[in-house]
Amino acid sequence: MIRLEPRPRASKAMRYLSPVIAAALTGVCGVIFSALAGLDPLDTFYAFFIAPIDDRYGLGELGVKAAPLMLIATGLAIGFRSNVWNIGAEGQLTLGAVSGGGLVLLFYDSGSAWLLPGAVVAGAIGGMLWAAIPAILRTRFNTNEILVSLMLNYVALLLLSYLVHGPWRDPEGFNFPESRLFPDSAMLPVILADTRLHLGFLFAVAAVAIGWVFVRRSFIGYQMRVAGLAGGAAEYAGFNRARMIWIGLLAGGAAAGVAGICEAAGPIGQLLPSISPGYGYAAIIVAFVGRLHPIGILLASLLMSLLYLGGEAAQMELGLPSAVTGIFQGVLLFLLLAVDLFVNYRVRFKTTVVEEALS
Amino acid sequence: MTADAGGGFTAPRLELRQITKSYPAVMANDGVSLRVMPGEIHAVLGENGAGKSTLMKIIYGVVRADAGEMLWNGRPVSISNPAEARRLGIGMVFQHFSLFETLTVAENIALAVDGPFDLEALAARIDAVSERYGLPLDPGRLVHSMSVGERQRVEIVRCLLQEPELLIMDEPTSVLTPQAVRGLFETLQRLASEGCSVLYISHKLEELRTLCHKATVMRDGRVTGMADPARESAAELARLMVGRELPVCTHAPAREGGAVRLEIDGLSRRSDDPFGTDLEDIRLRVHGGEIVGIAGISGNGQQELLACLSGEQPLARAQAARIRIDGREAGHLDTAARRGLGLAVVPEDRLGRGVVAAMPLTDNALLTAHRRGMVRFGMVLSSKVEAFAGRCVRDFDVRCSGVDAEARTLSGGNLQKFIVGREILQKPAVLIAAQPTWGVDVGASAAIRQALIDLRDEGVAILVLSEELEELFEISDRIAVIARGRMSAARAARGTDMEEIGLLMSGLSSDAQLECAHD
Repeated sequence: MIRLEPRPRASKAMRYLSPVIAAALTGVCGVIFSALAGLDPLDTFYAFFIAPIDDRYGLGELGVKAAPLMLIATGLAIGFRSNVWNIGAEGQLTLGAVSGGGLVLLFYDSGSAWLLPGAVVAGAIGGMLWAAIPAILRTRFNTNEILVSLMLNYVALLLLSYLVHGPWRDPEGFNFPESRLFPDSAMLPVILADTRLHLGFLFAVAAVAIGWVFVRRSFIGYQMRVAGLAGGAAEYAGFNRARMIWIGLLAGGAAAGVAGICEAAGPIGQLLPSISPGYGYAAIIVAFVGRLHPIGILLASLLMSLLYLGGEAAQMELGLPSAVTGIFQGVLLFLLLAVDLFVNYRVRFKTTVVEEALS
Repeated sequence: MTADAGGGFTAPRLELRQITKSYPAVMANDGVSLRVMPGEIHAVLGENGAGKSTLMKIIYGVVRADAGEMLWNGRPVSISNPAEARRLGIGMVFQHFSLFETLTVAENIALAVDGPFDLEALAARIDAVSERYGLPLDPGRLVHSMSVGERQRVEIVRCLLQEPELLIMDEPTSVLTPQAVRGLFETLQRLASEGCSVLYISHKLEELRTLCHKATVMRDGRVTGMADPARESAAELARLMVGRELPVCTHAPAREGGAVRLEIDGLSRRSDDPFGTDLEDIRLRVHGGEIVGIAGISGNGQQELLACLSGEQPLARAQAARIRIDGREAGHLDTAARRGLGLAVVPEDRLGRGVVAAMPLTDNALLTAHRRGMVRFGMVLSSKVEAFAGRCVRDFDVRCSGVDAEARTLSGGNLQKFIVGREILQKPAVLIAAQPTWGVDVGASAAIRQALIDLRDEGVAILVLSEELEELFEISDRIAVIARGRMSAARAARGTDMEEIGLLMSGLSSDAQLECAHD
């Protein structure tokens, strides 16, 4: 008889192995899916996971897509650790692009060296303001931050859409819903020649480092870990819950806001009706695949970035629909949650003695 | 019920042979054998974690044994669920009751009784049974309005309606006043005289000696001895139970004349919980250098009082003066600010409140001791934290694999020593401890009580809330009683006795007459 049995204590090894196993199983699922779709599994695997990064430009693209994921996931993880569930990174990213991009458009012709740093700061503030809405509603009226932050995503998208269709539309843009192209002085410099890898990647790596120090070394980070693991203990010790909710949401908002302006002032170079292929949602998966740990997030964001690139390559090379990226993201999260069962449980093969003894 | 008073060979009512049950981390029962004769009150004695409760759950069909045999009236049986156990004639009263507070007594009982749903007929049967066994009970009363002792009566009557041949009682007296305990014993003796067997689980030695015919003593999942409790001394039983002599606390009288360090002056507070207890005009002064104990049956306002005193539920600004710590108004302050004034608290729940289970002892030391120079510029100074945790482990004899050990790997007793140590090492002005030795083994209990007494002698004001009267009498200098959210005046522990405190524990409640009717 096969049965699940609770482990005496959670397995540390499984905790770290489980994302790796889930990633490997996701690859296996990909092979099975492509076989079912009548494609050669090996070709598909190559086209999906190897071809996109087998040259310098490809590696640069890996970084370009990993940067926002890494940045946002690091910010979200700070809140997630204390059970503050910010699902609104997509909206906060959008607001970051709107505020940073708005500043750029406002001082379009200034040519000032301060325009770019100003835009990044404005992006962070925009993301934080958007995250402050669920924070204030949660601490004042005890509303559910999951619902509020999630719904604000759609509001943010509509706001951006209104701006690029209306007041911020490029007057010489043939009526396309796009802003003017950002001036060079407002663009993030490329840090690897012949690629699109921009300064935003370094912001993301710096955020990972800061996140590590915050979570592991700072007292407030400690308080947030306690609140996440045992709310009763945080109450007993007198840790300020409202402050943690604020920090948790604002950290995610700031990171997402910076990611948003880095997209607009990086690979895109202007404001469009949509500036993110779902980074704000994918970052939630990245945070959990990375076990909310900064180093884990760094690795998981590279994996997730590869899924994005592979999805694009699959569309071009194999003619697969764009939904393939979403399928892989979903399968990865699903498998991670499934494999996580074995952190707390183990499989036992044995017959029970009781039935023999009592029959 | 059958009376097996006739001569000749009588099969045991229940016989267990070599019952074994292991959980992933622990061997709960290891080859346990037990015989209960008809009409016998049989004690199962052991400390917390000795495997008593697991054994009872196996008998009642809640848990299945890994190996072993069970014989019921001489026939081998296999009981796979409680309904089957009840059909055989086994009833069980759990330590934690399973009653719906919003239903009446009769409705609650109807849920557990097989047969057609007829409340009126049931009420008549309840009346009959409760009269016969001296368990006064009103079938139409809502459970939430009843005291813990009355709720226990509902559970017992519910079992008796099934006409059991074996009644299992799990720590039944832990929630009763001394007077109510006597009433319960009369009921059990009456049942036994009619041939019903009783399995009586407890760790209280004195009461076993007055009630039980036989005792099986357990330690670490094994049977360590059989005894006739009436003949053995309490010390002998303790030795069987603990494996060594019971340690005793040394306890000199408190020095007189310490300044008032904790003052509660007319504290009233309505409970947010509809089934909680409202606190009414509580007044108490605790001086430096004394231990004041608060006795009371659980659910009479202890939790609410603790939340007000610790600052987890601070009072309104206007009521700031209701609580004073070292003379300073503290009623409106939150937990952190009160700790700043020198308050330390040992909470009732260890895992999840007193410590974070999944964190190492170092991080758990930081939980409340962070004020002792462990944080600079918002960063944790891990060397200071390690030094503090190490001192705590050394000074209070906490058995663990090191300060990096996760809190959940420690036994209840060692964990409690760590928590008490952590609070004491912060050199508090006032220490409040709730159930400081609940579920803690005898050795650790004695160490904790001694630590509290030593702290008292250093001039700290100590307030202990406990449901264990023996404990309060052992360490307190003065004792007050809380009942229905009201507090009696504190009296000198040496000038009162359990009888008087027991009367107060029930005396302020509306069922005073009922409880007294037992005498």
